[in-house]
Amino acid sequence: SLSLLLFSLFRKKKRRIEELTEKMALDVGSSGDWDGRWRHVQKFLERSGPFTHPDFEPSEETLQFLLETCKILVIGAGGLGCELLKNLALSGFRHIHVVDMDTIDVSNLNRQFLFRSKDVGHPKAEVAADFINSRVPGCHVVPHFKKIQEFDESFYRQFHIIVCGLDSIIARRWMNGMLLSLLVYDDGVLDPSSIIPLIDGGTEGFKGNARVILPGMTACIDCTLELYPPQINFPMCTIASMPRLPEHCIEYARILQWPKENTSIPSLLVLMCLPLYGVALDGDNPEHIHWVFQKSLERAAEFNIIGVTYRLTQGVVKRIIPAVASTNAVIAGTVPSRENTALFAYVPLNNYLVFNDVDGLYTYTFEAERKENCSACSQVPQKLQFPPSAKLQEVLEYLTENASLQMKSPAITATLEGKNKTLYLQTVASIEEKTRPNLCKTLKELGLADGQELAVADVTTPQTVLFKLNFTS
Amino acid sequence: MADHKTNKDQRYDRQLRLWGDHGQEALENAHVCLVNAAASGTEILKNLVLPGIGAFTIVDGHRVSGEDVGNKYLKLSCRTVLLNRAQATTELLQELNTDVSGNFVEENPDRLLDNDPEFFHRFSLVIAVQLEESTCLRLGSVLWNAAVPFLVCRTYGLVGYMRLVVREHTVVESHPDNALEDLRLDQPFPELTNHITSYDLDNMEKKDHSHTPWVIIVAKYLQKWCREHDFQLPRNYKEKEAFRQLLREGIRKNENGTPEEEENFDEAIKNVNTALNPSKIPTAVEDLFNAEQCENITSQSPAFWVMVRAVRDFVQAEGRGSLPVRGTIPDMIADSDKFISLQNVYRERALQDAAAVSRHVESHLQAVGKLPECISEQDIRLFCKNAAFLRVVHCRALVEEYGVDTVHKDEITSCMDNPDSEMVLYLMLRSVDCFYQQHSRYPGVYNYQVEDDIVRLKLCVHSLLQEYGLTVNVKDDYVHEFCRYGAAEPHTVAAFMGGAAAQEAIKLITHQFVPFNNTFIYNAMAQTSATFQL
Repeated sequence: SLSLLLFSLFRKKKRRIEELTEKMALDVGSSGDWDGRWRHVQKFLERSGPFTHPDFEPSEETLQFLLETCKILVIGAGGLGCELLKNLALSGFRHIHVVDMDTIDVSNLNRQFLFRSKDVGHPKAEVAADFINSRVPGCHVVPHFKKIQEFDESFYRQFHIIVCGLDSIIARRWMNGMLLSLLVYDDGVLDPSSIIPLIDGGTEGFKGNARVILPGMTACIDCTLELYPPQINFPMCTIASMPRLPEHCIEYARILQWPKENTSIPSLLVLMCLPLYGVALDGDNPEHIHWVFQKSLERAAEFNIIGVTYRLTQGVVKRIIPAVASTNAVIAGTVPSRENTALFAYVPLNNYLVFNDVDGLYTYTFEAERKENCSACSQVPQKLQFPPSAKLQEVLEYLTENASLQMKSPAITATLEGKNKTLYLQTVASIEEKTRPNLCKTLKELGLADGQELAVADVTTPQTVLFKLNFTS
Repeated sequence: MADHKTNKDQRYDRQLRLWGDHGQEALENAHVCLVNAAASGTEILKNLVLPGIGAFTIVDGHRVSGEDVGNKYLKLSCRTVLLNRAQATTELLQELNTDVSGNFVEENPDRLLDNDPEFFHRFSLVIAVQLEESTCLRLGSVLWNAAVPFLVCRTYGLVGYMRLVVREHTVVESHPDNALEDLRLDQPFPELTNHITSYDLDNMEKKDHSHTPWVIIVAKYLQKWCREHDFQLPRNYKEKEAFRQLLREGIRKNENGTPEEEENFDEAIKNVNTALNPSKIPTAVEDLFNAEQCENITSQSPAFWVMVRAVRDFVQAEGRGSLPVRGTIPDMIADSDKFISLQNVYRERALQDAAAVSRHVESHLQAVGKLPECISEQDIRLFCKNAAFLRVVHCRALVEEYGVDTVHKDEITSCMDNPDSEMVLYLMLRSVDCFYQQHSRYPGVYNYQVEDDIVRLKLCVHSLLQEYGLTVNVKDDYVHEFCRYGAAEPHTVAAFMGGAAAQEAIKLITHQFVPFNNTFIYNAMAQTSATFQL
């Protein structure tokens, strides 16, 4: 059963890691614990109870494990990240790493309480780590001012648990894929000690959710991709010729006017036939936003549309999601409890929690189910069904638009005549240009055969996804 | 000054998008009192200081203990162990937001209630955390008489508890998640009818036909339907399907007879249910119309009730049975001109209706000798826009919850039909309070006490159930579990409750969004929660 396995995996992992950490023990320094420091935590770890796991043995060892050995990775030092770091530190975790690629902005200060005005512009991970390290004796947070993609398996493998407070679905999926790639199968049987539980939280205004993922065992991020519907963008014809809402006017200024008026063509480069370049719109630059705001007002005036404000302009350009401290506090409050369910030894129940406090307070937990043919975790080969006359463009659209795949900029390769051939790749301009003509060719013209395997790489996953091409008539 | 304002706008940007500048102003004018700076309390205040509450005052007579330093929101370093808890916590929190004014009173709340109960009258809201039952009831009584809202919050082991006590809390901007549109297609007002009549669908150019808002299309076809169906709107599924078919047939066809691509017609078909929603007054609002406060407008009547009464008057007169038109329409496929002119029809009608309501407001104010400026046009318009979403919350006094004759026996008993309902956690909290009354301590605080306290606590449970005549079964497991907790305040549960309680406090202060009514229980073991009216 799930709960048994969860518990035993901690046992096994604990032993495995203890052996490893003997060799790489951190010098935590003096961390004299004063009387009563862990009294709140101890009551749960050192006393048995009627609802704890049948295998749970109360002991002082567990607290020791928490304090000395358990290594946790927190991804994101933003709204959720700050709360998570605080909760973990005050719950006894001492070896924490935190990864965040952002720097601090003034608008963070209403909830990301590890930061002060003086910290604006500095890396979130570093300021957060400093704060905790200087205020919680014995706690050692290691910051990484990096993107998650800059680390490989050897980095992630060292952690017992990974907790995510991310604001991007792509990043979540990537993390999900990374942990799936760490799984070890002995004769087709999953080795539980290769599982690193992933606890993922998200908030938006007064709503939030938190879920526990045991890679290889429970539903992963991609199993429930439909829970994150793709972002709806306004149709181009509305923006270009039929605006009705103030948002349409703002998108007009952002998407159509800005590139037109901010592309410069130095004459020398024109002679060298290099592609045009321009200044990208920077949502954090107040001057840029002001420009868009003014243009949006002009556009709105043309069509008698009211409602364009500076705040709305910023919100649309930066895709701002409203946020408050309280929701982050609530969701982060459930997260360590979830992992602590193993450590506090309660039988963990449903793995997905939803919270909403717009009207009273509402929570709901359910068990997210694994998808049999999940493209990330099922190990079932993914199928692509197309007639041989279909163009590669159609395959590309399927990969990006299908609700269960939702890829962003897939790169497709296939083995043709014994060689690995890139059929289409977007992310490198020169290769994109070279492979673009393939989009208009049919699958038959490209030399693909029925049953052929296509390898697809995308920013949503660290590993390539293999698809089997089946020709339909 | 201007710089400070822009800086504040930037700092609070993400929350201003939720409760607006007026909500923020309410927050900045509020003064909250926290009784007991325990971990849960510190967490609550942190979540109020960060968004910019005007001021807070902590009342706490305790010294900082080793446990506090281990458990509380960071910053407490070893040297603060010497300070009193109120002061230490105030300094901690003050650092989070220099716009907030923090105060502390190093005093036991019981003493304050003895010597100066009116101390509490000055606050917008009082929040009590981890407070013993007797003090809590005393404080509750003082605050009820002074009409100051009271929020009780507890973290007890893996259980979180909140109780809201407020005589009457009115909400104009409840911001419902799934609000129905106010399109009035079942009973179009004259200007809407005129506007619809101005369209000649059959003789329009193709481009215009495909870019006519679906609201117009549905309205036109409803007119057609009504003529053929004895002026009855489509009522059941069968009729609605037939109506959809009628719409489908309205799609222009090309030379070959195949229907053209007309997305606006697709939208119309998809929105038939929305369109046919009867424009009736929600029961919650009808209840407000029937309330005593609405019937009897006096010079003491809060603006809310004067406006409710004005809207009721409007419904009975100019509104002809309907609320003021809201004035907003959803986006829909259409060219700019057609959409904007349709939107303006609704918008102008809304302004007219609001003006009519305003005249009723004025006449009531005059009748009780008050100036019309008492209630601003802006407030009246906001009220009218939200007329369908008004909410009033009454959370009864603690003394009624605790009274043997006034306890909500039925609610408790029916919840306990499921012996693992969160209600059992409430009963256990009441039981540990009984235990505290008898033994001046909570059960199982020290390891050696656990075993014997299980027996003692069980006796408390029985006497509680007997006192209130509750024939329910409280499983021994829960008695055991609550002894195990030893009145611990685990940080993660305190953090959860800190977020939950802070948001309820913000709702009370801003009068936006709807507070819970009146008891919230969080089960951190199972990660479930429930709300009861006790």
